This record gives sequence, structure tokens and C-alpha cells, in this order.
Amino acid sequence: MRVAFLGATKGMGRALARLTAERGDTICLLGRNSVDLERSAADLSVRGATGPVRGVVCDLEKPEAFTSAIDAAREALGGLDAVVVTAGVFATQEELEADPALAERLVRINFSNTVMFCEAAKKALLEEGGGTLCVFSSVAGERGRKPVIIYGAAKAGLTRYLEGLDHKHHAEGLRVVTVKPGFVKTSMTAGLEPPPFAGEPDAVARRVLGAMDRGAPVVYAPALWRLIMAVIRALPRAIMRRINF
Amino acid sequence: MREPPLSTLSGWGRHSAQGRERVGEDLERISADVNLSRGLGRSYGDASLPPDDEPTVLNTTFADRILSFDEDSGLFRAESGFTLGELNRLLMPRGYFSPVSPGTKFVTLGGMVAADVHGKNQHKDGNFGHHVTSLKMRVADGRVLDCSPERHADLFRATIGGMGLTGHILEVEFGMRRIPSQWICQESRRIHDIDEFQDALEESAPEWPYTMGWIDCLARGKNMGRGILMTGRWAEADQAPPRAPKPGFQPSLRFDWPSWVLSGLTIRLFNELYYRKQWRRRSSGIVSHESFYYPLDAIRSWNRMYGRRGFTQYQCVLPREAGRASARRVLDVLTARGGASFLCVIKDFGRESKGILSFPRPGITLALDIAVRDDTQDLVDALNEQVIQEGGRIYLAKDSFTRREHFEAMEGPRLDEFQAIRDRWDPNRRFRSAQSVRLLGD
Repeated sequence: MRVAFLGATKGMGRALARLTAERGDTICLLGRNSVDLERSAADLSVRGATGPVRGVVCDLEKPEAFTSAIDAAREALGGLDAVVVTAGVFATQEELEADPALAERLVRINFSNTVMFCEAAKKALLEEGGGTLCVFSSVAGERGRKPVIIYGAAKAGLTRYLEGLDHKHHAEGLRVVTVKPGFVKTSMTAGLEPPPFAGEPDAVARRVLGAMDRGAPVVYAPALWRLIMAVIRALPRAIMRRINF
Repeated sequence: MREPPLSTLSGWGRHSAQGRERVGEDLERISADVNLSRGLGRSYGDASLPPDDEPTVLNTTFADRILSFDEDSGLFRAESGFTLGELNRLLMPRGYFSPVSPGTKFVTLGGMVAADVHGKNQHKDGNFGHHVTSLKMRVADGRVLDCSPERHADLFRATIGGMGLTGHILEVEFGMRRIPSQWICQESRRIHDIDEFQDALEESAPEWPYTMGWIDCLARGKNMGRGILMTGRWAEADQAPPRAPKPGFQPSLRFDWPSWVLSGLTIRLFNELYYRKQWRRRSSGIVSHESFYYPLDAIRSWNRMYGRRGFTQYQCVLPREAGRASARRVLDVLTARGGASFLCVIKDFGRESKGILSFPRPGITLALDIAVRDDTQDLVDALNEQVIQEGGRIYLAKDSFTRREHFEAMEGPRLDEFQAIRDRWDPNRRFRSAQSVRLLGD
């Protein structure tokens, strides 16, 4: 598999990129910081990635460069079979309410800019005759919830966009995989009290890679979150107003 | 940056302190204002715990990238949170192994440097620090720099075995060894007493690269020091099974055992059975490297066996000059006080360390697992007094009970040299741990 990652220098993206490296996939890394990209590229090379692991600078805050970054990745890989997007920002509801500029930035990065990146990736994959577009959304987008109102709204928008993309392009060979992680212990959630069913990045990565290989449209990780969110979606408004989940 | 509330941090022996761990992939960015690094928390005592007045520690485990590996020379470099378990998983199938491995694979490279760990091949290959070629560090004045045996040699020597007190270890570079297979030719031998044990270790040393012994430390009198000597070497490709060893079932202790489970009686029973198991004078076979190196890793959270109060491991080294009888004198102190140790390990050391405060020196080392009871402090004091008389010293990676005056009596000039280097690199003593407060008066 020739795969381009946006945001795989950290967290779940790092874990997923390592799994693909260890089975000998060919990898190109997109990210903000060229030094960080080089270090991750070295890691993936030693772990078994086929051919040199290239780094291409790409910042989710600079949408004007998305197309050229994806073209560069495509050229480095000699084609393109999959694009994985794990990049994004997180902040708590309190932090976002206290800082409107941060809230605006978070919505822009996690929703509009991620959508624009996916548009560019989709175009490239369709030109290749199809492929997998795997994007990390969140269970936070499943229902309006007190601790994740703004973050969840951006992720809800992203989930709906990906759903539509799947409907429109499935017949053309585009496999859109929407990943909905629950609480996973990464540096993004550092400092937050983990719930009892918090996941580990490696386990999430194994589940996501399985979904990518099968072309499964939606994957919850850890799996338990499918059940948890089914319950949350079924709760009446009166209860959602009372609980703090 | 978001910091978690205070919670309980503990060492492997479950000695604990209030603190919080700062985590992140980019250690260079997040280490500037913290004063102690902590990896997987496998040091037994308080070495990885923060002092009371400075509760935040840097957790290095997210900084786990391999930075380079040269298949020809074996030179390997990684971020300090990279673990020995990952190293084994990735590189053993390609025919490489760490030059030195401690008795657990759940350790980070940073921790292996800070404790200057040793393994079953200490008599031949020394400590991990003997194989480290370069370290990247953040030091007290904020600079990030490389040190090696040639560059900032004083900092390098103080950091090897320096228990994290010279700065944050960010990257570690060392030489890997080639191995012919992932299997070990192991031989076990029944040993009747402590003197025979020391003879047997010495005899085996030139012939076997890996040696260690288990002692039934409840046996007294003429049986004192009876046990089983285990020796090993890598199986050649034509001796080894054609497949790679598979990890077996790994149970995990999910609750603390009540303290009576490991009482004098049950330990006596276990020791008797374990000793009798080796009913032949010698036996040999081919075993997986996991069962040879990491028998206890097979049970996750085995430290819960010792109950809520936890345990301490007392590990000392007795120098060659102290003579054969010194090991018997130390075991006498233990048995005279009725101290029951579930696990007692004996091993000969052959090489002096490179690190200024590193533990090993040529001689005999004894390691005793002791459940914490009301009288543990007295027992450790008594053992330390004996070890001081023998001219020996203790292993800081295991310790949580030693008194400052005992430590000073053991370390004398080595401690002065270590502190002089800290005066140069960290005059205001930014880098401190609960252990350094206790033993160095930081």
C-alpha cells in the first residue's frame, strides 16, 4: 500500500503509521514541522517501511498549499492508494469558552480546513482510480454534549461531510473510512482524567488498519464506544440537560 | 499546557509519593521547567518519584521514536522513552539484541542509562553504560547538548548511573550485538551452599556469557546459600528450533494479595519445592530468550503479590577483596532477623562501571525481595551496616530505605566526585528526586 499520512508524527497517527511500516507499506508523511517529519520518517524506516519515507511540509492552517502537498506525496510514493488524516486540535469546552480566538481556530482546522484537505485528497485518489480515505473524526460528533460542545460540533460536521463523500464516490472506488475514537490516552488528552474505558493508541491503530483493509465505512475505537454512543444518542433531552457526560 | 491534578505515583515496589506526570512526544519542548524524568516507573524505590515540594515529573514514554540503526555496525539511536521490549520485538527477528538486558523488558532506554542496568552477562560485558556511545541531554541551565566519553565526559560519566540527577536524558545511542538465534542453551545446576555457589559462578564465568543463581535464603547452617545456578548462551542457528519463540499466556494480578499469602511459611514451602525441582545435579535444554531473561514479565503486575504495603528489593555488591565469607555474613544478618525473602538472586560482577555512581564492581551481588513490614527499616539498617563493613555498596534503582549516613559511608569519594560534577552542571540543584532528597540531602 502506498499511503500518505497527515499528522502521523504523534498519537494515534504515529501508532497507525508504525503498523503500516512494519508490514512493509510505502509511506509519505505530511506535517507542519520538517525536523519532526524527518525523525518520524527515520523511525518508520527502521521499522520496515518499503523505500525511503519522505516528509512533505503541510499545515492544516494553510489550505492554499493542500493540493501541492498531496501532489508532492503522490510523486514521492509513485502513486497513491490511501490517505490518512489524523491531524487536528483539541481543547476543552472551558478553554474554548475562555478564548474565542482558539475556538475559531479549532473549528477552522478541525472542520473547514480538514474538509478542504479531504477534497484535495479525494481528487487525487479518484484520479488514481480509487483508494482509501481514512479520516479521524470523533465520538464527540455523535451528540451535543456539555463537555465537548464546540469540538463536537466541528467533528459532527466532519462526520457528515465524510458520510456524503462515501455516498457520492463509493461506486467510483473511493473507500471513505470514518474513524470515531473515544477517549484514547495520547498527548492530546494529557492532563484530562481518563474514563474507565479509555483506549490505548496501539489497540486503536490495529482496529483502524483492519477497517481500512476491509473498506469499512465507520469504525469506533475502542469498540465499546459504539455501544456507549448508541446509549447516549437514545437518551432524551431532559436527561442530557442533567448529566455532565 | 494542561496539567493533571496530583495523584499517587509509585515505584515498582509500590513506594509512593504525590505527584503528576507531564506527558508529550516532544521532550525538548516540554522539559524546560521540570526537574526529573520518569520512564516506566520500574525502579523499585523512590528514584523516579518527585520530591515533596516539586510534584511534577516528565514522563518520557511518548518520546519513543527510533532515530537511526546501522545494520552493519549495530549502532542504534532512539528517543529516551523507547523501551527494551520494543527493541527486542523489532530487532531480535533481524538478529540483534541489546548488549545488556536487565531482568525485565518493561524499561525505557533513559531508565537503563540512569540506573546503568546490568544483566546476567555483567561478568563479561559490564553494564549498559559500557555500551552507550552518546547521550542527548537537557541540562540545568536550559541548554540541550550531546555528551559522550569524549565530549563533556564528566557529564556523561555522572549521567551513567546518575539516577536522573544530572539532567533530562532525551536521546540514547549505543551498540547492539549480533545474535545467532532467539533461543538460549540453558543449563541448571543444583548448588549445596553459598561457598559452592561462589566457586560455581567463578568456574562458569569464562565458559558461559550469561550466569545467575537463585538462593533459598531461608536455609541456614550448612545449607545456607543452597540454590540453583542457571547459565546460558545463545543457541546457534542449527541448535535452535526453526521458528521464533511465541509469547505464552500472560496472566495479570488484578488485585493486591493479602499480606499473609507471602508469609515465612509459604516462602519456606515455595523454596523447598523450587529447590527440589532441580533434583538432577545438572540439566540442560533450549529455552526462549523471554523465559531465560524475563521470567517475571510473564506475570503482569507481579508486584501486587506483596500486598498493599508493597516490597523493597535489597541489592548489594560485596567486593572481591572482602573474600568468600562476606556473602555468608550478609545472609547471616538476614536469617538471624528472620527476614524472609521470596526471591533471592546471586550473581558475580566482573567489570567496574564507567558511571561515577554506578552500582556494579567486581565481586558478588545479592538481591533480596523483602515484603514491607513494620521492621523493614531495621532490617535494611542492619544489612547496610554489614555491607559497609565489607566495603560494599547498594543499588539505587532498588532502594527506598537506606539512610543518608549509611549511603555516605558506602560511597565516600565517589559521592564527592558526583557532587562536584553536579556543582559544575547544576549548582542550584534543580534536578532532584525523592531519593536524592533522602540520600544526598538535596
